[in-house]
Amino acid sequence: MRSRFSKSLNFDWVLLVLFFALVGIGWVNIYSATYDETSTRAFFDFSNLYTKQLFWIILGIVLIIFILSLEAKFFERFASVIYIGSLLSLVGLFIFGSTISGATSWYNIGPASLQPSEFAKFATALALAKYLSDIQTDIKTLQGQLRAFLIIVLPALIIIPQPDPGSALVYAAFFFPLYREGLAGVYLFLAFSIVSLFVLTLAVGPVIVAAAVLLITGLLFLKNKKKRPSKSLYLGVIIVSALFAFSVQYIFDNVFEQRHRDRFNIVLGKTADTKDIGYNTYQSEIAIGNGGWTGRGFLQGTQTKGGFVPEQQTDYIFSTVGEEWGFLGSSLVLILFMALILRVIILSEKQKNQFSRIYGYSVAGILFVHFAINIGMVTGLLPTIGIPLPFFSYGGSSLWGFTILLFIFLKLDSNRANEW
Amino acid sequence: MRKFLLFSIVIFTGIIFTGRLFYLQVYDVSAVVQSENNAVKAVYDYPQRGRIYDRNNELLVTNQPSYDLMVIPKDVKPFDTLALCRLINVEKERLLKSLNKARVYSPRLASPIITAMTKKEFALLGEQMRKFPGFYIQNRSLRDYQIDFGANFLGYISEANQADIKKDKYYRMNDLLGRQGVEQSYEDILRGTKGVKYLQKDKFNRTIGSFKNGALDTLPQSGNDIQLTIDATLQAYGESLMVNKRGGIVALEPATGEILALVAAPNYDPADLVGRKRSKNYTKMYYDSITRPLYDRTLKGEYPPGSPFKALTALIALEEGVMGLKENVYCRGGYNYGGRKPLGCHHHRSPVQMVTGLAYSCNSYFATAYRRTINKFKTPQEGMDRWKEHLESFGLGTYTGHDLPSGRKGFIPDSKFYDRSYQYFWGPTTNISNAIGQGEVLMTPMQMVNFTAAIANRGYFYKPHIIKNIKGRDSIPSEYTEKQQTTISPKHFEPIVEGMHGVYTFPGGTANFLQVPGIDICGKTGTAENKTKIDGKTVQLTDHSVFIAFAPKDDPKIAIAVFVENGFWGSRYGGRIASVMIEKYLKGEVTQKHLEKWLLEHSLEEEYAKPYSGEPFRINQ
Repeated sequence: MRSRFSKSLNFDWVLLVLFFALVGIGWVNIYSATYDETSTRAFFDFSNLYTKQLFWIILGIVLIIFILSLEAKFFERFASVIYIGSLLSLVGLFIFGSTISGATSWYNIGPASLQPSEFAKFATALALAKYLSDIQTDIKTLQGQLRAFLIIVLPALIIIPQPDPGSALVYAAFFFPLYREGLAGVYLFLAFSIVSLFVLTLAVGPVIVAAAVLLITGLLFLKNKKKRPSKSLYLGVIIVSALFAFSVQYIFDNVFEQRHRDRFNIVLGKTADTKDIGYNTYQSEIAIGNGGWTGRGFLQGTQTKGGFVPEQQTDYIFSTVGEEWGFLGSSLVLILFMALILRVIILSEKQKNQFSRIYGYSVAGILFVHFAINIGMVTGLLPTIGIPLPFFSYGGSSLWGFTILLFIFLKLDSNRANEW
Repeated sequence: MRKFLLFSIVIFTGIIFTGRLFYLQVYDVSAVVQSENNAVKAVYDYPQRGRIYDRNNELLVTNQPSYDLMVIPKDVKPFDTLALCRLINVEKERLLKSLNKARVYSPRLASPIITAMTKKEFALLGEQMRKFPGFYIQNRSLRDYQIDFGANFLGYISEANQADIKKDKYYRMNDLLGRQGVEQSYEDILRGTKGVKYLQKDKFNRTIGSFKNGALDTLPQSGNDIQLTIDATLQAYGESLMVNKRGGIVALEPATGEILALVAAPNYDPADLVGRKRSKNYTKMYYDSITRPLYDRTLKGEYPPGSPFKALTALIALEEGVMGLKENVYCRGGYNYGGRKPLGCHHHRSPVQMVTGLAYSCNSYFATAYRRTINKFKTPQEGMDRWKEHLESFGLGTYTGHDLPSGRKGFIPDSKFYDRSYQYFWGPTTNISNAIGQGEVLMTPMQMVNFTAAIANRGYFYKPHIIKNIKGRDSIPSEYTEKQQTTISPKHFEPIVEGMHGVYTFPGGTANFLQVPGIDICGKTGTAENKTKIDGKTVQLTDHSVFIAFAPKDDPKIAIAVFVENGFWGSRYGGRIASVMIEKYLKGEVTQKHLEKWLLEHSLEEEYAKPYSGEPFRINQ
């Protein structure tokens, strides 16, 4: 009979190592991004952002020990409570929240501020896992889909008007566990079609898109002619796609605000803007490009030192990696992130318990969406959507949110042996 | 399938990102350039420009501090505008306009309000500076001239422009660089190497420290001083003689090719092109298309050489063996060739031989010599080209290779030239005027003195040069120490030297009245016809006064060419100037006071005004 403590050490060391590697590298880059040569402040002065971040990391380790010492069943049992508490904390922002750079997303607690949306992610993941793993839930029924959808969308709907559309977008990550648990593939196809039509319409205009849809559908129809395809279905697809394309153009031109349009146009290369809205992306690309093969070296990035990239310690932290550690360093970081996400997916697949598996998939999905959107934005592949890079970006709430998210899964995974 | 969706999307995304990073960091290098522009500022530290000395180590050009009044608009507090205006001597409106311009440019960065103030202008301002917060004084270095002559060979300093920067990566916008004269020729030596300090900038363009801890920074290295071959006393004397005249005097030391004096007239005070008044003065001189003070006539003025050219005609005839030394040529006031109007000559004893022909400057004699030279060959084409070859060996019709940035080739025609003009139907009589330095032949005064030096040396010369020594290197470019041999054998020079000596010593020699006691001068007068166009009509002007000379005869220390535009006959201005210059250089003083007095009292301004008067005028009076 092993002691409870030794059982709690039975977790996946690979994940743990990856986690600490990312947090450690992340801190080094925050140090570089916020380091001020001319400053005479001592290292342990809390007005240094890097000192603060180090403090959040240490508190995060305390948090980890706390999570690992809890009973694994605790999370499943209290999932609803945590979820409702998290929703309440989000709603409470409308009354008690304080506004930082335009978004009312923070609670002021003494000298620090807490961002509840960072914690709502793991709460939602827990709630979704709990609901889907319920023996009575069937994701294949419309009712099951709607309820699951509601669990996901509720926090997102509260977050959007803060306004923080970036954080709300992350909830799209829950599509992955839903799909894994049996959501019909047609949704995947629909989602993919909608996104492609949207992007294509903005890129080449609705007329060409409609023509292309007509052509492709027509060819498919001719190819499948022997199978006697439904004419109305094909016709419907064409009409709906065309309508969608034209309405996208209409919405883009009339409903979107100019700043949104700008962001899309810059990524699509329609406008070359280096001063106003495109400034962030432009400077970030310069910083990354300045790294070359091996980078400028620690504390040697000229863009980083000059503070040319806005928000470099938070959303744009990856540009520091790019400039100071070059292609080799930033590729290593990419590999670490991919290894972490893939490891979470692999472990999820090994879970015997459905709750753990769904939760694990949610973790992987959330980490992936953050990773993809953030790096995509920093390298200029995606429009400017302000969400942090997990474990890297400066900020206690974000760090803790991801730490809790990951380590609940680690705890659930360590309990795998006890499941049957 | 469901198990692998997220898994494959993660891997796919990873590949795309790696590709994107590769593109940004390795493939596309423009970001590095962009980031240097963004984040690194180079601050230059300018060294002292090298000083310039004359051949006797007299200081000609040194440096003076200059002061720029700079302003950082955001630091400016309300101040007594009128007091500042009075101190820097500008109107209030201009000051306010400059301030506004500076503010528009950048509130955080320094802009100049007044540039290039001299020490005197700064003296008043200096002690009052504390009353004007936001303003400060920035030091620069300007040229300080110890002499008020020699601007034509000294050159001047001005700010680098786009073209300079494109040509030489060393320069940045507004760097100072030498233009014209030795300032340009020896720019690389005089300027030294500027030091550079790289500073890290932040996004507000503020300096936040040194870049890479100063690992790339360099210290400035001062420029080397140079010593010129110019004799400042002789130069100053020459310029004083050329007041109210146009033309040039070039004096060489034949044994070395060193330029002793390079007098271009009219000239200007080099100090006129320093500091704040430079642009105004330069523009004024630049647009003076009549006197053209910026036009160095010694190097760029291409003139018909006139009779001094006869020395060359004679040398070529001797070398080709077509004239005997004792051979008589009869002259009856002109040279008849082919029934046309004869080539006129003046009254002198007849017949003449080689030596006397030169001393009396007989046109008929040299027309004969020229005609025989060309006719020696089967075709005039062959003869013409042979003739040109000889002349080119004296540095004529080509660049002399001197070390000043400007210069022209002059013109020596060849057979092709006449083939084009006369459709192959020509002979030596077609261009007989070449024999006496008229016709198509053109030379700069620098080329004239160069062939004079070659005659003085009896057959060779060194490329004329103005650099005597580069201090710190103690050498000059090797091309100036290489002997240039002419195609004429040394033995043929003696009769020519005798003839040129006769110009002074023979009764009836054309410069007989210009003899200087105690100095054996050899010379040759020249009276060059010239024409200009007035309202599209070709009009003949008063002849140019030309003179070449060297002395002493047997150990030449100085060779000189004088060219005075519209000075009438050769000995009138040119001869007088040559005599007193030679005496000044060899003896240190001038005993022939009557010559000096005549030169100082006579002006040619009246002569130069004639073509512009709009009225008919008479020449050669």
